[in-house]
Amino acid sequence: MGKKAPRFAAAAVFLLTLAACGGGGTPTSQTDVGITSNSILLGNTIAQSGPAAAYGTIGNAELAYFTYVNNNQGGVNGRKITFKILDDAYNPAQTITQTKQLVESDQVFAMFSGLGTQAQTSVREYLNGKKVPQLFVATGATTFMKDFGSNQWTIGWQPPYQGEARIYAKDVLANHPNAKIGVLYQNDDYGQDYLKGLTDGLGDKASMIVAKQSYDVTAANPFPQLTQLKASGADTLFLFSTPKPSIQSLAFISAVHWEPTIYLNSVSNPQVYMGLAAKAGAALKNVTSVGYIKDPTDPQWASDDGMKLYKQVIANCTTCNVNDGFNIYGVAVAYTMLDVLKQAGSNLTRANVMKIASSQLNETNPFLLPGVKVTTTSSDHFPIMQEQVITWSGTGWKLQGTLIDERGTIK
Amino acid sequence: MQEFLQLVLSGIATGGIYASLALALVLIYNAMGLVNFAQGEMAMLATFVGYALITRGMSFWIAFPVTLVLAFGGGIVIQRVVIKPVEKAPVLTLVIITLGLATLVNGLAGFIWGYLPRTFPSPFSSDSVDLGGVFVSYRDVGVIAVTGVVLLCVYLLLQHTTVGLTLRAAAHHPEASRLLGVHVSWMLALGWGLASAVGAVSGMMVAPVLFLEPNMMQTIIIYAFAAAVLGGIESPLGAVVGGLIVGVTINLAGAYLPGVGGDLQLAVGLAIIIVVLILKPNGLFGQAAVRRV
Repeated sequence: MGKKAPRFAAAAVFLLTLAACGGGGTPTSQTDVGITSNSILLGNTIAQSGPAAAYGTIGNAELAYFTYVNNNQGGVNGRKITFKILDDAYNPAQTITQTKQLVESDQVFAMFSGLGTQAQTSVREYLNGKKVPQLFVATGATTFMKDFGSNQWTIGWQPPYQGEARIYAKDVLANHPNAKIGVLYQNDDYGQDYLKGLTDGLGDKASMIVAKQSYDVTAANPFPQLTQLKASGADTLFLFSTPKPSIQSLAFISAVHWEPTIYLNSVSNPQVYMGLAAKAGAALKNVTSVGYIKDPTDPQWASDDGMKLYKQVIANCTTCNVNDGFNIYGVAVAYTMLDVLKQAGSNLTRANVMKIASSQLNETNPFLLPGVKVTTTSSDHFPIMQEQVITWSGTGWKLQGTLIDERGTIK
Repeated sequence: MQEFLQLVLSGIATGGIYASLALALVLIYNAMGLVNFAQGEMAMLATFVGYALITRGMSFWIAFPVTLVLAFGGGIVIQRVVIKPVEKAPVLTLVIITLGLATLVNGLAGFIWGYLPRTFPSPFSSDSVDLGGVFVSYRDVGVIAVTGVVLLCVYLLLQHTTVGLTLRAAAHHPEASRLLGVHVSWMLALGWGLASAVGAVSGMMVAPVLFLEPNMMQTIIIYAFAAAVLGGIESPLGAVVGGLIVGVTINLAGAYLPGVGGDLQLAVGLAIIIVVLILKPNGLFGQAAVRRV
């Protein structure tokens, strides 16, 4: 009997403390680590140096959006957003230490828009173990949406690579039913994700793929692979490669006087890369890709409200190039982050924010193509599943047809 | 057959890229008896300097020699400032310092110019000649031709000039050279300058093909090392032949060895090189070190 007394006392003290802490607020006002009465702390890791440093501007664009919201709207529900970005140089080993630093030492409320498939995979287990939200990772790897069941503190944002490849499959079946397809893909999860989407999308027509060639990301160029694809007799080329090998490929096929129909993955399609390919001698004829974000260089959005807002927002970032497609991506995903925080209102717990992000999104994002919805439900954790086919006109991307919705196709 | 020839030719073209940087590695090895892991990054930095000159309106053929002179001077400065204080340190220390230098130069270039790839003007057309269905681009021919000229210069310098002889003597027998009145330390600086200039040639030749960005040389340097070692690290001719062999082997291994494909072609290409080195430890053109015991 006597032994129980101290425990009882401890429990009483604990309850009293709880009462004291909760005394001032309403029962629904709950917060977690990283939230104070006037601030919300979010963390991010991204490559701002190293091989993928071109992506680094995304973090700055996101910060520009939060700065805009803090200055022009007084933050969200009276709390200003602090956004701490660390440069992981696209090196997962650094992503791990920096993520731990942000969670344990800086005490962030959530991680937002961490970049890179490998980098974000390497911290997924840790963040899920700690029950820290890993929100809207900046990678299209299908696993970040598909495997929500086993990683309930992680959610992606952009359309999955498999969904994109399925759209190409539809397009090729509709417009080039007799195509002989050659595929160049990077020999890692990224390239294979795309290849799986294409193969699944073609279904019983998968035999249209006459040749597949993979290249290693450390190779100087993918020229030997392209030589073999050309020799295979393929008349339609799919480039499931990262920007640099994509640019090299586009230039190489022109140099060897090959003129296939080209499907170029969205990671490689920003205008800046197309310009480089053109300068390097690429003819850029019959190039198809997909888009879901408004292109800042496209004159059709000149008087669009979303584009005007984007330009206002990005003015908060002195190093950001307004025409860089990565920047409008950053602003768009930050918009979704803000949407989640707004919906959470005063119930700013990690669990509640995660619940909203993963199952209660129903957003029209002004920076995405008209008609694109950012949606999640309790059974669907793929926020964006609509994309539109685009073709290269020689000076810019032209939208073709209507939005294609791949929702529900990836199980 | 067309496919085979195209693979061989594109292998030679890529091999030419490896060879051009391998020449700089050979030069520095001859000058100080160790490899410089920062060679690729120094070449990249020099290329950015050339880029800055060209974008400010200088024509390629003026910017080219100006860049070489600046790279030469830069190499000497780096040797004087970074290497000289630790000249007598163990080889391992020097190697680690060159690794640190590589990271530093890479970060510096990224800080100044950013990481977006840029097109670099080439003096050679991006067009290609059609040889019966096999295409050879003028740029690739240009890279090979310039590499050939550099090879000739390096060979003449090392084998047929007093400076070359003194360089090699200072590297391999520093004490004896000093007794003979050679300024060993300045010879090392000269070696750094020359290697840096050769690296700059390599950088400016490959930048139109690889696109200029701070990490341009990172994948190249691994194969340049392989090329230099395969050829025999002291031999300029070996470096070039080694580079071409590496380029062609990797291409053909991926295409024709069953089960290799793109996934394993780099591994297999390098494995073949290891086998060659087991059979011929000093490389194809290297001479066995003879030491009196």
